[in-house]
Amino acid sequence: MAEKITVGHVHMSGCTGCLVSLADNYEGLLTILDKYADLVYGLTLVDVRHIPKMDVALVEGSVCIQDKCSVDEIKETREKATVVVAVGGCACYGNITRFGRGGQPNQPQHESYLPVGDLIKVDVYIPGCAPCPQLIRNVCVMAYLLLKGNQEQQELAKKYLTPLMQLAERGTEACGCDLMYDVVNQGLCMGCGSCAAACPVRAITHEYGKPNVNREMCIKCGACYAQCPRSFFNFDVITEFEGISELIKGALQ
Amino acid sequence: MGTELGKYKSCVSARSTNKEILKRSQDGGIVTQLFAYALEEGIIDGAIVAGPGDEPYRPRPFIATTVDELMSARGTKYNISPNVSWIKEATRSYGLDKVGIVGTPCQMQAVRKGQLYPFGWRDVDDKIALAIGIFCMENFPYQSIKQLVEDHAGVSMQSVKKMDIGKGKFWVYTERGATVQLPLKVTHKYEQPGCHVCLDYVANLADVSTGSVGSPDGWSTVFVRTKNGDDIWGKAIAAGCFETKPIDQVKPGLELVSKLANEKISKNQKTVEARATFGVNKALRNPYIKP
Repeated sequence: MAEKITVGHVHMSGCTGCLVSLADNYEGLLTILDKYADLVYGLTLVDVRHIPKMDVALVEGSVCIQDKCSVDEIKETREKATVVVAVGGCACYGNITRFGRGGQPNQPQHESYLPVGDLIKVDVYIPGCAPCPQLIRNVCVMAYLLLKGNQEQQELAKKYLTPLMQLAERGTEACGCDLMYDVVNQGLCMGCGSCAAACPVRAITHEYGKPNVNREMCIKCGACYAQCPRSFFNFDVITEFEGISELIKGALQ
Repeated sequence: MGTELGKYKSCVSARSTNKEILKRSQDGGIVTQLFAYALEEGIIDGAIVAGPGDEPYRPRPFIATTVDELMSARGTKYNISPNVSWIKEATRSYGLDKVGIVGTPCQMQAVRKGQLYPFGWRDVDDKIALAIGIFCMENFPYQSIKQLVEDHAGVSMQSVKKMDIGKGKFWVYTERGATVQLPLKVTHKYEQPGCHVCLDYVANLADVSTGSVGSPDGWSTVFVRTKNGDDIWGKAIAAGCFETKPIDQVKPGLELVSKLANEKISKNQKTVEARATFGVNKALRNPYIKP
């Protein structure tokens, strides 16, 4: 068994739901902590006060730019972490904090929130509000294989993580409108229904086979577009679904 | 034959042994029979299928938990049924642990993407117990099918008993026994545009995939693809659910399936490539390269 990677959980302006999602891997999380990763930072779970060096930083929440401590912290995270993963809709896209506009006691000037990718370079996105435990788990396992695996495992991990890295390059804005801009308007929608199943607030219905987004309900989490098989569909990985599912399951035994 | 038929363990021509299923099935009744067997054996506890909707031949995806409900979804509806929209709900208010789903190749792709990359599909990945794919050359919006049947074929939607695309024609059969055929050329402009970038004909990512092409009328061509699919198919055969014939002993057989698959893939591959130079120094997006 190769040595473990070091992982930290960095809590910006988030709700801790992303961390709960990680914990909702139940025994899977314990196996990951036993075999593959040391949790070196995470104010909710670990008594380490300052951000240490780490291989992977799981960042949840967006950044309030009027809160100096938060801005310093996200910059420090970038300096200390080899791989920065934005976990959840807030870190990736702002999500509900996109609607923050200040005016509430006792910091009425705390009005501007940005996804972390607007302040630092982010390597990997895990969109979703809440993000799925299974996807956080898969990324943790693949990050381990990427950093500690043999050449074949590294290749697989790279292939697996590529679309999540491409989502990070794509930008920091998300909305149900993405389904219009980048799928329907692009002539790519085939009416499968994935987006409606992914939406956490049931803002998407299908009328005559095409998505209809209730934009007043949409909380801008980015799950619908990421889940759409016509946002990314990497044949090289997805056609190997049987083997890769078995590999991940096997890694967690 | 190359990769156009996907990975598979076995391929046969088959039909259900249940006469009731065959009365209204599109072809060999494979989907209805396999789900009915899986439901009765507890292999699945419900299946997402395309049932009758608000208008004739407009499908409404729903979660069938009884064989009677499965029976109501028999027959092809040549327009969009967003079956995948129920996949999370099946594991929520329906409380299913073992979900069946039937769908076109793109819907099988959606299911597998969601199992490996779940963004908004928590706890869905390991609850997919049986994914049955149906062959699909292209699909139509509802208004397209209505226009083809009512304007081109001159038949009212209410009177249609069955629609079929086969032998190079679009066929409409009425309850009172009339048959109208349209050349496929007429139907092309009505196709759903999103189908023109699809590179899968025989549902390569399903556990078991099935369709009419390759087998005689009343029979289906069946590919058994995954370990899971092989296990369930083997049990269903042992239980006497299906009559089968080796695919190399039926006409037109796999050769035609391969030919059509290659035609679809190479035509659509060209469409995908043409998108790269669609504008002036501007491309349309290619989902197979990046989001």
